[in-house]
Formats: sequence, structure tokens, C-alpha cells
Amino acid sequence: MEQKLPRWIDIGLLPVINILAAFIVAGVIIALIGENPFAALSVLVKGAFFYKGALGYTLFYATNFIFTGLAVAVAFHASLFNIGGEGQAMVGGLGLGLVALLLDPLLPPLLVVLIAIPAAVIFGAFWGVIPGWLQAKRGSHIVITTIMFNFIAASLMVWLLAGMLMAPGQMSPETRSFADGVALAQFHTLVSYVGLSVSKSPLNLSFIIALVACVGVWVLIWRTRLGYVIRATGHSERAVIYAGHSPAKIIIITMAISGGLAGLMALNEILGVQQRVILNFTSGYGFTGIAVALMGRNHPIGILLASLLFGALYQGGAELDFEFQTITREMVLMIQGLIILFSGALAYMFTPMVARVFASYISSSKGVD
Amino acid sequence: MTVTHQQAKGRDTVPFAISLRGVEKTFGAVRANHNIDLDISTGDIHGIIGENGAGKSTLVSILYGFYQADAGTISVFGEEKTLRSTADAIAAGIGMVHQHFMLVPTFTVLENIILGHEGTDSLAKGFEAARVELAQLATRYGLDVDLDAIIEDFPVGLQQRVEILKALYRGANILILDEPTGVLTPQETDQLFDILRALKEQGVTILLITHKLREIMAITDHVSVMRGGEMVAHKRRSDTTPEELAEVMVGRPVRTDGIWHEANPGQIVLRAENLELTAGMSAKSTALVSDVSFALKAGEILGIAGVSGNGQSELLELLAGIRAPSNGSIQIGGRHVTAEMPATPSEIKSLGIAHVPEDRHSTGLILPFTAAETIILGYEDKMTGRTAGWLDPEELDEHCAGLMQDFDVRPPDPSLKSNLFSGGNQQKIVLAREMSAAPSILLVGQATRGVDIGAIEFIHKQLIAMRDKGCAIILVSVELDEILTLSDRIMVMNNGSSMGIIDRSEADARAIGLLMAGVG
Amino acid sequence: MAAELWLQFVLALDATIRMSTPLILCAMAGIFSERSGIIDISLEGKMLLSAFAAASLAALTGSAVIGLAGAIITSVLFSLLHGFACITHKGNQVVSGLAINILASGLTVTIGFAIFSQGGQTPFLSRDQRFLPLELPFTETIESLPVIGPSIGVIYSEVISGHNILVWLAFLAVIVTGYVLFRTTFGLRLRAVGEKPEAVDTAGISVSWMRYKAVILAGILCGMAGAYLSIAHGGGFVREMTAGKGYIALAAMIFGNWRPVPVLLACLMFGFLEAIAARLQGVDLPLIGQVSTDLILVLPYVLTVILLAGFVGRAVPPRAIGVPYVKER
Repeated sequence: MEQKLPRWIDIGLLPVINILAAFIVAGVIIALIGENPFAALSVLVKGAFFYKGALGYTLFYATNFIFTGLAVAVAFHASLFNIGGEGQAMVGGLGLGLVALLLDPLLPPLLVVLIAIPAAVIFGAFWGVIPGWLQAKRGSHIVITTIMFNFIAASLMVWLLAGMLMAPGQMSPETRSFADGVALAQFHTLVSYVGLSVSKSPLNLSFIIALVACVGVWVLIWRTRLGYVIRATGHSERAVIYAGHSPAKIIIITMAISGGLAGLMALNEILGVQQRVILNFTSGYGFTGIAVALMGRNHPIGILLASLLFGALYQGGAELDFEFQTITREMVLMIQGLIILFSGALAYMFTPMVARVFASYISSSKGVD
Repeated sequence: MTVTHQQAKGRDTVPFAISLRGVEKTFGAVRANHNIDLDISTGDIHGIIGENGAGKSTLVSILYGFYQADAGTISVFGEEKTLRSTADAIAAGIGMVHQHFMLVPTFTVLENIILGHEGTDSLAKGFEAARVELAQLATRYGLDVDLDAIIEDFPVGLQQRVEILKALYRGANILILDEPTGVLTPQETDQLFDILRALKEQGVTILLITHKLREIMAITDHVSVMRGGEMVAHKRRSDTTPEELAEVMVGRPVRTDGIWHEANPGQIVLRAENLELTAGMSAKSTALVSDVSFALKAGEILGIAGVSGNGQSELLELLAGIRAPSNGSIQIGGRHVTAEMPATPSEIKSLGIAHVPEDRHSTGLILPFTAAETIILGYEDKMTGRTAGWLDPEELDEHCAGLMQDFDVRPPDPSLKSNLFSGGNQQKIVLAREMSAAPSILLVGQATRGVDIGAIEFIHKQLIAMRDKGCAIILVSVELDEILTLSDRIMVMNNGSSMGIIDRSEADARAIGLLMAGVG
Repeated sequence: MAAELWLQFVLALDATIRMSTPLILCAMAGIFSERSGIIDISLEGKMLLSAFAAASLAALTGSAVIGLAGAIITSVLFSLLHGFACITHKGNQVVSGLAINILASGLTVTIGFAIFSQGGQTPFLSRDQRFLPLELPFTETIESLPVIGPSIGVIYSEVISGHNILVWLAFLAVIVTGYVLFRTTFGLRLRAVGEKPEAVDTAGISVSWMRYKAVILAGILCGMAGAYLSIAHGGGFVREMTAGKGYIALAAMIFGNWRPVPVLLACLMFGFLEAIAARLQGVDLPLIGQVSTDLILVLPYVLTVILLAGFVGRAVPPRAIGVPYVKER
């Protein structure tokens, strides 16, 4: 399809229209269940940004989505659909937990944290490499294998957390708490050292790591040779073979990076808040990462903005649940599904309409010919 | 369901099976068909001949309802028709055997034939009725095929027979065959011709699209020549000769552009010995390249002529390391590239060989990349010298701007996406990339396909200049003009083999045209 | 002792059939969709939505049949949405499927909570609001026969008798799917569209139309699967009640190579695993010792990956799957 639309429409206007469409449909559904959509929207916004501690929570959620969104985006650049962010994050958390549990009686907490972080990356990368290898060398469709691996990871988590990793004397499937200090400091604590005071929220240093990851991914994809070849592979495997590279190798490397980024998500929840490994700490954020990557057009800046939006959605959604009798947190899932629908599958549905409006605007501003 | 034999005979009273008047079809800036007038006599075997890009495929697509003509009229058996879709064409009695078969590989012959014209909801009943009808068709036309065999097990010739049967089953009185022999062995071709003669005897009108003169002379009654989107000649086959047709096909006598001047060839830099490339499982393997040998000297241009699909693309891929030979060897310097010791494209590059691929869209460029990014494809390590692994956009832009100036790429904007450049400028980008690597051997496929006249001249001059600097160039081209303009020696390929290497002094359009077309 | 084991085994078979039913229906749905060339990841979501629709309508109207009808209509609507995105807009089929799944998770609870205020689930359904097990005649007499009773008779009385109508429909669906796909004109064309749409196009048939019809059929079957979960097998809708069954159905479809009878066997195998998973907890098996429930439940996924890796047999999907059809010339 000839995209004769200027860049600002393609990158700016159309995505906004897609999101608006999703929100309009959501609004209709809210109206159908008997609530005022505009009231709901106002509570959502206030709950996400303006109530005490809200911004912190919003950014905390956004941190998760930045990691999983980056993971999906990196894979997308090589034309790989990594649906396995959920499982990769779980296994990353597992690795993190294992390191922490093994080392925290032996080493000072700072060292444990410094070793645990790469462990999360490596374990997540491992969980991504297997489907990547299967795709590259055996032709197994990565969409199906990553879906399967999500379930396998979930089973693995249950088996370990209710089994040998379970805290002694406990009944719930989770590990024991890490030693004191094996954590990533939360902002409100950090900030208090400098004499300032901020409302309490789980926002922690992982957020900074996430921002660094954004920069890192940008540099990787657009400033390094590897990133160049990854993007080239995503566009044309034939051209890449002609240029002397091995698409199979690139696919495996890309999935390793993707899985590693997803693994980092575990830092936010486990080191930032829980200080132990609990079941289902990923809470579906792996899938939100897909929405974030689609909305953000696989670019770190877009992902950052989309993550903020979804962070606001999740936090505002909790407020909605609290204030409205008839609305639950699942409302957020519904909006998420609608956003994926309009930004992903129906991404160009509004293009002809916008093109026509744009064309008539151009011709009318140039006068009648 | 099918038009009966009786009805077909009845249409003999109409003189022309198909008549076209003033048919036009334009795609964007390209006039694929212009002012086409054509009469195909009922019961005739009518050939349409022309080089690649002459407009034959577009015309045929219009007749089969894929495209609708922008202007002009189409009459089938005297009645004017609008063919808006394939269904319309089939209803009008037009059947088509495509160049690339429209058969479902995992289905049986019978399933493929009745697809879409089953006649009933229950497959079992449909099969029964079809078998009866097909038995009749088999006896009438001599088209015997095992109805229960699976298509993908069939050799190409038999698959084609199924396609013909399919068209007849759907009631075709007019059969269009689009480049039917490109994938056939000589024996299969002869068998096809026997079938066509039998069909003609039963009153079927046949339209044969081909670039092969031998076939035109062997089987047609009338022949029309297309060139540059227009019909340029209509002849009775018995009134013409291959030579005459070749000249009309190609269009004009050899250009003496003055670009070429005497070369100064040096040492042999590349030797191909009994090169062979076979593909497919042993039962159905086809020899894509068969027993090709040549020696290439520094400072010369070896042109490889031939109509596309005769092994040149595969030969290029062998030389570039994209495919490994099945047999034979390529010797470059001290390295022998064989089936046991294949070379990768990066190794080939390190041996001093650069490659301008035939299809710049799928292989030579990365269309969504900017010019600055595309122009380093395959040479990224040369660009990341300053800081390890780092691609500096300023450095890339500078590098690209310099090349754009040297090679007159317009607009000279490194940040413009590759797909937004015109064909000629895209090609110049690829050439700039490969030539600036200062290779000792340059492989070029279709140097000026889809390129405007001004750029063609520029590119040709660049190639001669490279040659003068001592580079050895292998130039594959379907444009005879280009081959004749640039080559010092010419090798003609047909059906995967070399028809011989002739020196420039002995080459002329007619001789080569005949070799290209498989005659002689 | 042996009789006791035998009875346990028979009961497990009985449970297998109950566990497999939604898988069978969804897998047949997937076969129709994917055989026509449309990837369908949204079996899970459609099943969830239909389960909700069935339970809600049954609770509100008191009729299980209306619930079933509602389930089918809901599923077909979302199938059409998927079709619209994939066929008409040539959108990414995986993304569309994923969107529907996530949308389903949110929409069901949101509307459920609004209507019933019970945390997203529907009220527990009474006997007349559900599809009840059908007892076949003479089960008691057969069971009480000497020798034959406890051996073969129990198969009749436990395994075959006592299933609700949707179970029977599921097995019927396999037969119908096989018949439609391989013995009718429609099936021939549908399979052709998934393998080589150009062949169908040049025969004068609309590829898009065929795919829409396939997607609608998939919707009908998914609707039945969802209804089974909430108003036949279970007694109401509970959030996320599909619990991954849609994905297991997907796995079974791949395992069975997109052919109805092998897929049925795969569904039965996966259903069997689910049926014995809980039963084997704490049980010492010869040679293997104790097997954890999780290990058994994860087997379907692991087996599918092994199959996909081509280590044991090969899964050959329809050739043209996942690629939007664009007329090219």
C-alpha cells in the first residue's frame, strides 16, 4: 500500500486515533453497564496521577511494561513474534531468586544484588533462546512455541515454589524472604535520605534500570552493527544472506536479548517490592508488553509513552475498582484487549478515512483548481 | 457443466475467437499495453512472441479477467465481453494454463480438476460424474492422466497436462498457454505440441505466449510480435522466418554507442569448470545449471546472454556463494569452490568479489532502510572502524553522500528511504556500494532492469571504467542491447547450458537472438 | 484388587471424556479456521466468552438451550471480528487472536460483575438451567450381571452412559468435520484455500468468502465448547474458567496434524492426562514412584514442543496459513 501520508500522521495521528477508538468502545461498554464513561475517565486519570502516591504506583507499573515492551520490540525488529515474555520473566525471576537464596547467607547484600541482576537476564535469555533456536534451526513456529513455553514456565514455577523452594514451615507457594538489604531501594526511602519527602509507593530503582534499558535498546538497534543486521533480517532474510550473514544466528541472538529484557522485569517485582519469589508475580504483564510494543511502534520512546499509559491504566483501574461498585480491575484487561485490537490487528483501518480527510484538507487549503 | 463438443464446432462459423481493439493498460508510469489490436482466428494456433517486458503477461492477464483494460474492446466469438473476473473469463470459454501452475500440490489430479466446478455438494457424486466426462475428454484429446495420483508427485510435464485438462473440463474453447515450455524438457515439449495439435483438430483455439522462436515455427499458424507494450507485427507463420521474427522482436540493429572500446585483458582470475546445479529430489530433479565452463580474465567483460529462466540467475548465485555447486568447481585464485568445499558469501567477498544481484528489491536493497543504511549492506564492518561495533550516523551520511556524488544518485539525500528512489537511482546505489569496494571481480545481474535511459548510459560507462581499471566483470542480462554494448566476449545460456562463447567481433543481434531462442 | 484397579481405570476413562469434550470442540473449530489459512489463537477467548454468555443467559432466562444459542452467537460474532481483521483488513492474525483473548478475560468479568455482582461469576445454576447427564437405559441391570457386569458392563454404565448431550455432540462434531472436510465440495474448496488460494481464485471462487465461512464454523464449535464448560460440565461461569484449554486444543490440533480423527485422539490423550493428574497425587507408581500433578499437566505443552521441533514426526500445517491473500500478477 502506497503510504502517501506524511510521517507525522503515520507515527503520531494514526496511533492516537487507534487508542481513541479503543477508549470509545470501552466507554460504550461502560455506559452499557450503567456507569458514566466520563466520570470513569476522570477517576481513572485522577487515580493514576493525582492522588497520594498515585504517580509512584503508575511509574512502578510502567517499569514492568517498559521491560516486557522492550523485549517484544527487539524481537519484532527481527520479525519475530515473541509471545513468551510472561514465561521469560518468570524464569528470570527464578534465576534471580535462586541466586539470592543461595548467596545471601554468604555475601554482603549489595554483592548479592549485583550478581542476581545478571542472573535474571541470563535465565530469561535462556528461556527465550530455546524457542529461538527451534525457529531458526528446526522451523518451529515461534508463536506456538513461546505460548507453550509460557505454560511450561508457569508449571515449573508452581512445582518449585510449592516444592523445594518453598519457605520452610510455610503453606503458601513462595520462597523465604531474602536477607535484609537484598533489594532495590524504593524511591520514597532514597529520597528521604536527601531530606525530601515523597508519598510512599513501590517505585524503586528498577525504574532507573528500565530507563537505561530503553537507551540501551535504542543504541543496540539503531547504532550498532548487530542492531543493523537484526533490522535487516526482519525486513529481508534473502538480502541478509546475500550480505553474508546467517539469519539463524541472528534469530537466536535476538531471542536471547529479548528474553533477557523480559527477565529484567523480575527485578521490579521481586527485588523492588516482594524480596522473595511468589507465584504469578508476572500477573500477565508479559502480554501487556505486547500491547505496549505495538502501540509504541517498537521504538523505545513510543514504548516509554505506551508504558506510562498502561501504568496509568492499571493504577487508575485499581482506583476505578475502588470507587465504582460495578467496575472491577478486569476493566483494564478489557481496554488492553481493545488497544491491541485497534493498534495491532486493525492498525490501518482508519488510514483511508484519514487519507481522504487529509487530501481534502490539502486541496481546500490550496484553493479550488 | 462443460461446453459440449457440438457447441464448440458450431462456433466455427464465427471467424475470430478473440478480437481486441485498442486495448490499453497502464500501471502508474508504465504503459504495459498500448493500442493493442489483435484477431485470433477460430481454430487457430496463434502465437504471441516478444522479449521480457514486452507486455505479453499483462495482455494475457486481461484476457483471463485478472486485470481490466483501461480502454478498448474485447470480443469473444463475435460477442463483446467485459471480463471483470476469472469467473467471467471461464464463462466466456477462455481457459488458461499459467506459467506457474495453479494446482494444489497435496490434492489428487481429480480433485484439482473439479475444484470450483464440482457440480454437486457431495464429492463422491462429483467425482463419479467427472470421471465419466474426463474419460471422454481423454479419448477425444489424447490426454491420459492417472486421476488419483497426487500432483506433487508428478513431473512438471504431467502437471501441465493436468492444467490443460482442467481448462478443457471447465469448458474452454479458447486455451491460453503462458510460456508453457519454460519448465519442460525437449521431449515433454514435443509431447505438449502433439497435444496442442490434437486439440486444434477438435476445434479448440489456442493462444501460445512464448519467447521461443523454435516453438513458434514448429506449431503456430499465425504469429503476432509484441515489443514495448505494442503489437508490432502480425504474420502468417508460413510467410515468415525465424530470422525475420528475431529482428522484429529485438527491434533495431545493434547500437554503436561508442561507449565500448578495446579492452586489455590480463590474467585469468576465475575459472568455472563443468559447473552443475541440480535441484529437487532425485526422481524429479532438474538441472538448473548443466556443465558450464568458462575462464574469466582481469580487465574484460564477459556478457552472459539468454532469456530469463535459463540458468543465468543460478549461475550468478553459484559464483556469489549463495548456492553451492552440485558438481564441478569454481576456481578463484587458490581457492577451489566445490560441492564438498562450498564458499559463503562473506568468503567470496573476502576473495575480492562483489555482487550486484539481479533483484535489487528483494536482495540488493533493504527497501525500508534509508540510502545511508542500504549503502553499507554487507560492508557494515568497514563502517564501524572508528569505534568498535558502533554505527555513527554522521559517518554513514558522509560516506553515502560521497558515493551519491560519485555515482550521480538523485536526489543525493542519504536520509531518504531506499524505496523512494527511482529504479535507476536505486540501481546506482547498489552499484556504488559494490564498485566502491574495489573488487577484482564484479558480478552484475540485470544491471539496468527498470532503469531510465539517462541512468543506463551512466551505469554502462561506469562498468567500462571498472573494466579499464582491471576489474573482471561478469554481466548477466536479458537485454541483448546491453550485452552487445558492453561485452568483450559473450556466452549464451539456454536451458542451463552454455551455447558457446563468442567474441564480440563475431556477435550480432540475429546470431545471438537465435542462440537465445534455442535455435542453432 | 484387580477389580478395584479396573474400576478406577474405567472411572478415569469416564473423566477423560468429560475433560476432552471442550478440547474436541475447540480443536475442530481450529481445524476449520486453520485449514482455510487463518491462524486462530483466539480459541481460548472465544470459549471464555461463550461460557460466560451461556451461563448468563441460562441464569437470566432459566433455559439451558437459550444459553447454548447465546454462546454460539457470541462466539460467531467474535469469530467475525477476527475474520474482519484478518481477511478484510489483512491484519496480523496472531495479534488479532491475542487481542480477543485478552479482551475476553476483561469483558467477561466486567459485564458479569455488572449484571450479577458476584465477583465476575454468574450465580450457581440450578438443575433445569443446565444440560444434564443422559442416563442410557438398563445401566443398573447390566451392572448387576455376573462376570460381564463388573468388567464390560461398567464401561457401558460409567463411560458411555451418563454424559450430557454436548458430549455426544462433540463426538458427532468430529464425524461431521471429517465428512465436511473430505467428502463435500465445500470442504474441498476450503482445504484448497488453505494450501493454494491462487488455485481457488483462478477457478473463479472468492477466497475471502471461503475464509469467512470457515471462521463462522469455527465460531459455532467454540460456542458449543464454552457452553459445555459453564452449563453442562460446570454449574455457572467463573472467571478464567477456560484455564488454558483453548491453548491445549491448539496444541492437540497441531499434534493431530490438522486431521479430525488424529486430533480427536490427541484431545483424548490430553484429556486423559488432565483426568489422572489429580488422581495420581501421592500414588506410588511402579518404576516411576510419585509423579507430581504439575508434571502431568505440563505434558501436553512439552509434547507439542517436541513435535514442533520435528524430533518425533512432523507437523505440517496448511501451506498458505497465516499469509493474507493478495491477488498478485
